[in-house]
Amino acid sequence: MNDAIIEIRELTKTFGATRALDGFDLSVAEGEVHGFLGPNGAGKSTTIRVLLGLLRKDAGEVRLLGGDPWSHAPELHRRLAYVPGEVNLWPNLTGGQVIDILGRLRGGLDEKRRQELIARFELDPTKKGRSYSKGNRQKVALVAALAADVDLLLLDEPTSGLDPIMDSVFREYVERFRDQGGTVLLSSHILAEVERLCDRVSIIRAGRRVESGSLAELRHLTRTSVVAELARPPAGLAEISGVHDLDVEGTRVAFEVDTPRLDAAVGVLHRAGIRTMTATPPTLEELFLRHYGDDLSAGEGSPETEETA
Amino acid sequence: MTGVGTYFWTFLRRDRWMYVWWTLGLTVLYYSQAVSVDGLYTTRAEFDRAAATMEQNTAFIAMAGPPRALNTIGGQVMWQASAFGAVLVGLMSMFLVGRHTRAEEESGRDELLRAAPVARRASLTAALLNALLANALIGALVALSLAAFPLPAADSLAVGVGLALCGWVFSATALVAAQLTSSTRGMYGLAGTVIGAAYALRAIGDVGNPALSWLSPIGWYQGMHPFSGVRWWPALLLVAGAGAAAAAAYLLFARRDFGAGLWAARPGPARATPRLGTSFGLAWHLQRGSILGWTAGLAVLGIAYGSIGDDVGSVMGDSQTGHDVLVQGGGDLVDGFYAVALVTLALIATGFAISSALQPRGEEDVGRVEPLLATPLARRSFLLAQVATTVLGTVLVLLGAGVGLGAGYSLVTGDAGRLLPFTLGALGYLATLAVPAGAARLLYGVAPRWARLSWLVLLLGFVVLFFGPLFRLPDWVQALSPYHHLALVPAEPFHWAPFLALLVVGAGLSVAGQIGFARRDLR
Repeated sequence: MNDAIIEIRELTKTFGATRALDGFDLSVAEGEVHGFLGPNGAGKSTTIRVLLGLLRKDAGEVRLLGGDPWSHAPELHRRLAYVPGEVNLWPNLTGGQVIDILGRLRGGLDEKRRQELIARFELDPTKKGRSYSKGNRQKVALVAALAADVDLLLLDEPTSGLDPIMDSVFREYVERFRDQGGTVLLSSHILAEVERLCDRVSIIRAGRRVESGSLAELRHLTRTSVVAELARPPAGLAEISGVHDLDVEGTRVAFEVDTPRLDAAVGVLHRAGIRTMTATPPTLEELFLRHYGDDLSAGEGSPETEETA
Repeated sequence: MTGVGTYFWTFLRRDRWMYVWWTLGLTVLYYSQAVSVDGLYTTRAEFDRAAATMEQNTAFIAMAGPPRALNTIGGQVMWQASAFGAVLVGLMSMFLVGRHTRAEEESGRDELLRAAPVARRASLTAALLNALLANALIGALVALSLAAFPLPAADSLAVGVGLALCGWVFSATALVAAQLTSSTRGMYGLAGTVIGAAYALRAIGDVGNPALSWLSPIGWYQGMHPFSGVRWWPALLLVAGAGAAAAAAYLLFARRDFGAGLWAARPGPARATPRLGTSFGLAWHLQRGSILGWTAGLAVLGIAYGSIGDDVGSVMGDSQTGHDVLVQGGGDLVDGFYAVALVTLALIATGFAISSALQPRGEEDVGRVEPLLATPLARRSFLLAQVATTVLGTVLVLLGAGVGLGAGYSLVTGDAGRLLPFTLGALGYLATLAVPAGAARLLYGVAPRWARLSWLVLLLGFVVLFFGPLFRLPDWVQALSPYHHLALVPAEPFHWAPFLALLVVGAGLSVAGQIGFARRDLR
């Protein structure tokens, strides 16, 4: 893939005895919004900081926008904007001043978009850094990043302090940026956000990538929840491999099924006469739980082996 | 009031080192005056003559207070330490009150505690009690140490009580400031202004219109006249003042919302000036306040030294010890005094140089360097802007010290001839200060965790300068101090060689630090 904006192979980074990244892989193609999911401490911020040339890798290959992020940081930074997870502003500078400072260091920002973003995010640019709430500090960093003319956005949990309305403004601008050909790496543990925004997702756990693919690709690995009211009690549902947590109360059934076995399960229901039925596709929440929720010792990277009854 | 006890003990626990250092510092301030005056004058006549000179020096009076019984040790202690001591307890009270009230509210920590079943005024009350206790402790130790010197017990007690009560007044006014302003910075600004105004009022009052001194709590303290016919009624003024201010603080507290001040926060500019958008512009902007403060502070201190004028001889008395300290290796006493004054000012200015060099470390720790380096700003340029700010700031601070010293001298003697030599002499210490600043830069660049160790260079310089000859430290130890090498202008003629050598060492350390920073992980 030569149109990769970000290409990471076997990246390792240690802090003393802690192995923050342990052979991590990541590939982000041009023009996609790539979700970067993982629990706190999994290595998301470390990865982004290596990509920004703030940390030096110990081993592995890292390419960003076709260059080495450590040795060519200033040049590469002309083409990207970054929103840190924890935004700390200078206490005696106003939000408007900070937006301008970051914008000018970045080589200028789009004046019209700056005004528009400030209005849309309902940000008061005359308040001093010390008096902003967490959400407002984040808005300052977001306005500065989204008003810049760049090819790549690196967003480290950018919306953790935003309310739902502002969250939708944020999504709108990210989508607009993507539609104009921009690439986004969005780290998050807010699954709904990744689900709504991202084309592809990489999941990181303990410094290793455990899964990567489009949402559709990841979904087929997971279970669908089915609840149905039948004409007769079903026969042979428990025998279908891939059906879990089966609960039959007379003619009412509820179970979960591995998506590849959905057809077989629904066939059984069909033979028992379906009165009503809801099938819920897996949310990323469930994807996530499969990796971090319960028995994780089974192994990395191969979800098939992680089944627990 | 539910919760006061819990708050109070938490504060005590958090402040235990502040208690120790402030109490120790203020006790030493008073006690050391007694020791030094006792040692300085060997004969009665000598002491009387020095006292007479001091009594007529208006600049001294403006700085210290009304001259009373200056030919006694007690009178000298009260005169030389009380105004300074009152300002110091004022600052301590301001910090003690501020860090538990406005700062806690600003950080949101107080919100967490107030949601617990505690009385509304519990944190306010505990913060006030904490500051009152700290001041009482300082007053008690100052009184005890002076009585143990031994100075007359009742007068020593008055010195301590007055000092503690002064601290009480400033604690209560700081509490008022915490209600009026909505930021910690603003609160310190307001409370500090009150302390400054109290000092200035008594200064003007003491040299001109005595009525003005009675508007200042420091004036009330000095109006107690310890060691010169002590009287206790001005202490009642201090108690009343503290009580009134505390009552006002409680009233204001009841009228404001949590997190807000009675004065609304002022909005700032919505746009940055073009200069702010550069690495140097930003670094300069962030250090501007500190540079101004240090420059002004050292200028005032310089004026204070300079205003001794040519009276050095009579102030020092005829004692051989005093002369020996100032005139190391012969020469003019006045020149010797000002040479020591200059190196002392340079030593103090080092505080600015090191803290300025460590500024990016604090910024990095709270995550404010990261977004800057995520822009096309190269690490090299980022740090170079910091270096330029430190160098320029140090030049200004030294300039303030030198010009202040020269101006003070010129004002008192009417002779402007020393203004330039003093100023150039102060600027010469730029080379000396480059070494500790460079050491700080090196540690920041290579091992930021240990960067604060650079303060040891200042400590080394201090010990060598003031105790080197006394303890007969070996030459190689003395040579380690960057303050040891420069010619002592104006007592000795200026030499370029040590100046350039120090400059090269400092620059070398700084460059090594900059190279290290470009290669290390950001924290």
